[in-house]
Amino acid sequence: MNQVGRNIPRLEVHAKVTGRADYTHHLRLPGMLYGKVFRSTVPHGLIRSIDTQAAQALPGVHRVITGADIQKLIPEPYYGPAFHDQPILALKKVRHVGEPVAVVLASDPHVAEQAVQLISAEYEELPAVYDEVEAMQPDILVHDVLRPAGTFADLKHLKGRGGTNVALDYHLRRGDVDAAMARADHVIEHTFKTQQCLHLAFEPFVSVAEPGDQRLTIYTANQSPSFVRIEIARLFGWPENRVRVKVPYLGGGFGGKLYIKLEALVAALSMIVRRPVKIALTMEEQFYMITKHATTFRIKSGVGKDGRLVARKCEVYWNGGAYADIGPRVAQKSGFTAAGPYDIDNVSVDSYEIYTNRTPAGALRGFGVPQLVWAYESHTDLIARQLGIDPVDFRRKNLLRNGRPHASGTVLQDAAITEVFDSVVARMGWDKPFDRGSETLRRGRGIAIGLKAVISPTTSVAIVNISADGSTTAYTGTVDMGQGSDTAYALIVGEVLGIAAEEVRVIHSDTDVTPYDMGTLGSRSLYHMGNAMRLAAEDARTKLRALAVEAGLPEGTNYPPAEVFKKRYGMQAGNVIGTASFVPSYKPPAPQTGQSDNVTPFWMVGGAGVEVEVDTETGKVHILRLVNAVDCGKPINPGVARAQISGAAIMQLGFTLSEAMHLDGGQVTNASLADYKIPGIGDIPPMDNEVVAAEQHSGPFGAKGIGESGTFGVSPAIANAIHDATGVRIMELPITAEAVLRALRAQAGRPLDDE
Amino acid sequence: MSARTINFTLNGQAVSTAIEPHRNLVELLQRFDLLGARESCGQGLCGCCTVLVDGVAVSGCLYFAVWVDGKSVSTVEHLDADGALSNVQQAFIDCGAFQCGFCTPGFVLMTHQLLKDCPDPSDEDIRDYLAGNLCRCAAYPEIIEAVKRAAKAAT
Repeated sequence: MNQVGRNIPRLEVHAKVTGRADYTHHLRLPGMLYGKVFRSTVPHGLIRSIDTQAAQALPGVHRVITGADIQKLIPEPYYGPAFHDQPILALKKVRHVGEPVAVVLASDPHVAEQAVQLISAEYEELPAVYDEVEAMQPDILVHDVLRPAGTFADLKHLKGRGGTNVALDYHLRRGDVDAAMARADHVIEHTFKTQQCLHLAFEPFVSVAEPGDQRLTIYTANQSPSFVRIEIARLFGWPENRVRVKVPYLGGGFGGKLYIKLEALVAALSMIVRRPVKIALTMEEQFYMITKHATTFRIKSGVGKDGRLVARKCEVYWNGGAYADIGPRVAQKSGFTAAGPYDIDNVSVDSYEIYTNRTPAGALRGFGVPQLVWAYESHTDLIARQLGIDPVDFRRKNLLRNGRPHASGTVLQDAAITEVFDSVVARMGWDKPFDRGSETLRRGRGIAIGLKAVISPTTSVAIVNISADGSTTAYTGTVDMGQGSDTAYALIVGEVLGIAAEEVRVIHSDTDVTPYDMGTLGSRSLYHMGNAMRLAAEDARTKLRALAVEAGLPEGTNYPPAEVFKKRYGMQAGNVIGTASFVPSYKPPAPQTGQSDNVTPFWMVGGAGVEVEVDTETGKVHILRLVNAVDCGKPINPGVARAQISGAAIMQLGFTLSEAMHLDGGQVTNASLADYKIPGIGDIPPMDNEVVAAEQHSGPFGAKGIGESGTFGVSPAIANAIHDATGVRIMELPITAEAVLRALRAQAGRPLDDE
Repeated sequence: MSARTINFTLNGQAVSTAIEPHRNLVELLQRFDLLGARESCGQGLCGCCTVLVDGVAVSGCLYFAVWVDGKSVSTVEHLDADGALSNVQQAFIDCGAFQCGFCTPGFVLMTHQLLKDCPDPSDEDIRDYLAGNLCRCAAYPEIIEAVKRAAKAAT
């Protein structure tokens, strides 16, 4: 029976519905201490003193640790994937409110919590900068020097660069934008903004470190265990094999739990006190860990009389917060898609990752692409309206098609842009009459489509082990955070070996046994690890056949594996171990122009259409219908794929309509689920989700990633629909009722007072 | 703070333990190795810590442990005590009504409460009862489907 394409429940469903699934959240070890973090109350300042005496004296407190203690263990205690800029605990300086300054360790977390209240610190406050465009001026410097990690070759030129907050500047040049703009019949320019928001996984960040004999084991809710292992080994000056990183199931990740988060801290603490240490953040503390970039995007297009886009100029400013995290990769790897899924001969992109005194920003379900699509699809819609062309017709005239070069210079392949677009348009019934509502309840509709390139180059390694009874185990470093990766790999291995997916046992993320994987991020896993898994299973199959030949069984016959082992070893004994590494080919973009003829192994496409009803008396936007379409190649597990689309779209609905971190003097004033509103069951509009018929020829059985694509079109489709309904244009996320009401009142010449 | 001894019924068994008055129900359950109720938001807003006390769903993170003295507590771990999944649990599997699974025990217990009160719930009943349970993976469409399937299976 074919396995790939079967619609099966995730392998771990029983454990999850019975409450018995394993999460780091639950882990308790003998002798374990709980750490609670004392955090900076100022956004930018020099640490004058830290008084830990009263905390240390509280009965039940094991020890209070500051940055100075960490530095005795690790002289250069700075970590990060792109820059080694983040101290394990603050040293000399704090750069954002909530930055960890000290940790109290106690056997009872309540005691540690109480002791944290007894710590005080004095700071010499420095002026702070919060806005990404303001931070382009070097008046206030978040870091005195830049410290690229050396992990990524294209960041090395930034080494030691001082006098700026720009952690990365990325440039793409194709054709001659200025000349084309000068010749264009219309030149249209807009600036769009997005807000800082965050992942808010329901299993908040949690890590446990357990020191052993010349060893350290880290149990952690993390999406990139291989990176954690390498980075912790680097910090201690150890070989990788002294560090073990184990990740059970994850209670949500969404790009937040990537790279190092609490791992370096618990590792250092546990090595200092020689006991297991657990740090589990509260929901409030998550607002000070990692966020989604706020952005400012200036976009300008030149259009011909015939409605053809001839030039597009993009300037994107990414608000990276106080530490780079993976922000520079977001600015670059998503930056090159900033001109959108359009066939434009003349394109320039300037994309800047900028340090500010906010909570750091990283990757969140789309690796920066949703911010870009918000701007370019709002802009594209406005152009169509200004030119008096139907937004569907205008897009269709300009869409990039397979076989044509993308702005990066890479020829588009296996990107079902047209199919996704057509699917949305058809299911929206765009040609049919539409009820435009009444006096104060106005209806409108909008569409949008986005394109993303998977981050490259990245490596995955897989192992498939056939035991002597014929049962099969697959080993993967992919972290299953609910996307169903374990199940997808079981289907792939089952397909190759001709067994049911349910019979394949998948072992995930224990670096003592699972081989290297770059990380569970950016929709890369199904493609990269999926390919590695397919190849590893093929390797196992080949080796099993060789074993049969060794055992004297005639070639070409299909003996059950158990018989082969028995014949070869005389009893139930032995293993066949198939392995494979997968790293796609890649050509780095030229530094000055961003051009490469092989910039990504696959493209993702996501489109959305919405119908809205706007209450013009209150500004309330009611989503009447949300239509989504994505290209994920041939889905491995179709039901799970469809759930990824709706999950992504609903998450983006939150980022569109309600979610925003509010800052006052660098302090987040709504750091709780009470004040930061995420979508609930009452907020879900009627939805219609479709995976379009497509194939990724280089993917495992034609498949590619899907986790992010459902986010792309949602925000601009809503803004476009609101414009269609009311004539007002919202230029900044989130689109709250207040924002819409303000725009409506301004349009009517009766603007609301500020505040 | 000094501990108080409390006696209560936990998943059908009479139990007794000493616990300090500042600890919540989630912490109490952890002592019995019951980990299905999870503290997440700490404000009674997400429903991950849902537990039934005398048959009524409460937020374990806001419910002091000592309050269960003399009461009957039932957790997600009790639903398959006879070895078979409940209708609700099976329906959640059949409809793929979760992704990461962290909030799932809360949704499952709240759905049991809903179906006890309204055996044939309307969409509005479902949205009303499950308004206090949040799912960051946003498996809501599948959850709604699962609730309806479980209701159907029970009749």
